Amino acid sequence: MSEQFFIQGNEACARGAIEAGCRFFAGYPITPSTEIAEDMALFLPKKGGSFIQMEDEIAALGAVIGAVWGGQKGMTATSGPGFSLMQEHIGFAVMTETPLVIVNMQRGSPSTGQPTMASQSDMMQAKWGSHGDYEIIALSPSSVQECFDFTVEAFNLAEKYRVPVMVMSDEIVGHMREKITIPEEVEITYRQMPEEGPETFLPFKAPSDGTSPMPAFGDGYKMHITGLTHDEKGYPDASNPESHSKLVNRLCNKIRKHTDEITRIKEEFTEDAEIIVLSYGAPARSALTAVKNARKQEVKAGFIKLETVWPFPKKLIKDAVVNAQKVMVVEMNLGQIFYEVERVLPDKEVELLPKIGGEMHIPTEIMDKIKDMSH
Amino acid sequence: MRKDIRIAGFGGQGIILAGIVIGKAAALHDNLNAVQTQSYGPEARGGASKTEIVISDELIDYPKVQKPDIFVALSQAGLDAYLHDLKDGGILIIDPDMIKEEELLSFVKEHNTKLYKAPVTRTAVEKIGLKIVANIVMIGAITRMTKVISEEAARQAVAESVPPGTEKKNLEAFEAGAELAG
Repeated sequence: MSEQFFIQGNEACARGAIEAGCRFFAGYPITPSTEIAEDMALFLPKKGGSFIQMEDEIAALGAVIGAVWGGQKGMTATSGPGFSLMQEHIGFAVMTETPLVIVNMQRGSPSTGQPTMASQSDMMQAKWGSHGDYEIIALSPSSVQECFDFTVEAFNLAEKYRVPVMVMSDEIVGHMREKITIPEEVEITYRQMPEEGPETFLPFKAPSDGTSPMPAFGDGYKMHITGLTHDEKGYPDASNPESHSKLVNRLCNKIRKHTDEITRIKEEFTEDAEIIVLSYGAPARSALTAVKNARKQEVKAGFIKLETVWPFPKKLIKDAVVNAQKVMVVEMNLGQIFYEVERVLPDKEVELLPKIGGEMHIPTEIMDKIKDMSH
Repeated sequence: MRKDIRIAGFGGQGIILAGIVIGKAAALHDNLNAVQTQSYGPEARGGASKTEIVISDELIDYPKVQKPDIFVALSQAGLDAYLHDLKDGGILIIDPDMIKEEELLSFVKEHNTKLYKAPVTRTAVEKIGLKIVANIVMIGAITRMTKVISEEAARQAVAESVPPGTEKKNLEAFEAGAELAG
């Protein structure tokens, strides 16, 4: 039977992880994500899993990578300052194709900023924070139910594409309590195991836009996992331009070529809209309120919410705004996703409604901007 | 019908738990939609504390409270910060032991406010003998004064939100609070 709870977004992330089969969490507590670690410490031992509080966030992600190569599904949770420390291991996880989930409950930044206040200022860091050419997947929940659903989905995508998947939420959603329904069963994806025996199996041999089966340490396969450019056996092959080009193109293409399968947006009133309000995470809720109010005043406004932020849902956005001339991007930073929207809609009038300080946009602020742009 | 509720005081008064219980009562036992949010400083106690609950029979998009229908002030600082946001004709519940009432009277008259007094800490100490249940007294007072949630839902939510073994004392505290409605 499905069950209903009145819990925080953070708690919903933890429950989603457990339901998705996560049995390892390593982390370092940080406001406003700490309740995720607390809940994982509570639930995991009861499920036969492990929780470790590490000395810092670098070690936390390192431990998750190790657990995943030991055959577990693993997760960590953090906020901006910890996310910065994790960047090195994010690159390592990308290069070694280690499936894992990172929840980032964003707070006011830069640096230690505003621990108990919200922002969306790590959205570009999620995409570009580590060095090198790479692709990751990032989802952005704006409700407690979505915290649960998107965390489950994050694990499924991670396992399918062998890539770090980020749940990019914020303090408002993380600490907000709402009713959620946890279904009796959720659909779960497990990483593919090799069919070939250890004598012939090549752990990094994969189609040019795909990934390979992933045995665990101890399964009897010869495993060599390195952040250096490597060949199909996993051995370093760092001076050969072709090897590097082949590997890094594949790591990018396994996401880029599957953007249509991975990405999702939510649309309301877009069909006849003259102006579209595009948002994600917490302020998407203010944006939808404003759009509904605009409709009541017979202003033809529409609403787009990015559920997937990375890879950027370019095609979905282009299709959704085809009839509108104007697009407003509402985000809790001084302009991040705005530039992506501007890039994919060169023939539209795209404007930013930024907000920092820790509080979400008020619907009337968005309404005022809708009116401004309508003239 | 959307109802916006704000409770303000200082850290340590149990304000956030009170908000959670009210939200839980509405969402799980009255079968409405509810969102509870909170704000607090980095301090554990003594700093400003605030919780907001939105209750509606429709989906709740914007989860925060701007102009509350119901404002509960448990500290002078909380009252001073948020009184002027209260909607005209709204309900104001104050703890008269914490707040200078005389300064309120012109506002109440001007804005047609329904003013209720709930000395929650005093009631907790005198009726239950436990200062710690003051927030549950407050839930009782809010429930009967505003009828924003049903009393049955509120009792269930109190019982399932307090530490096991303390349900009876807490339900007594709830009744003592409800009786403050007169």
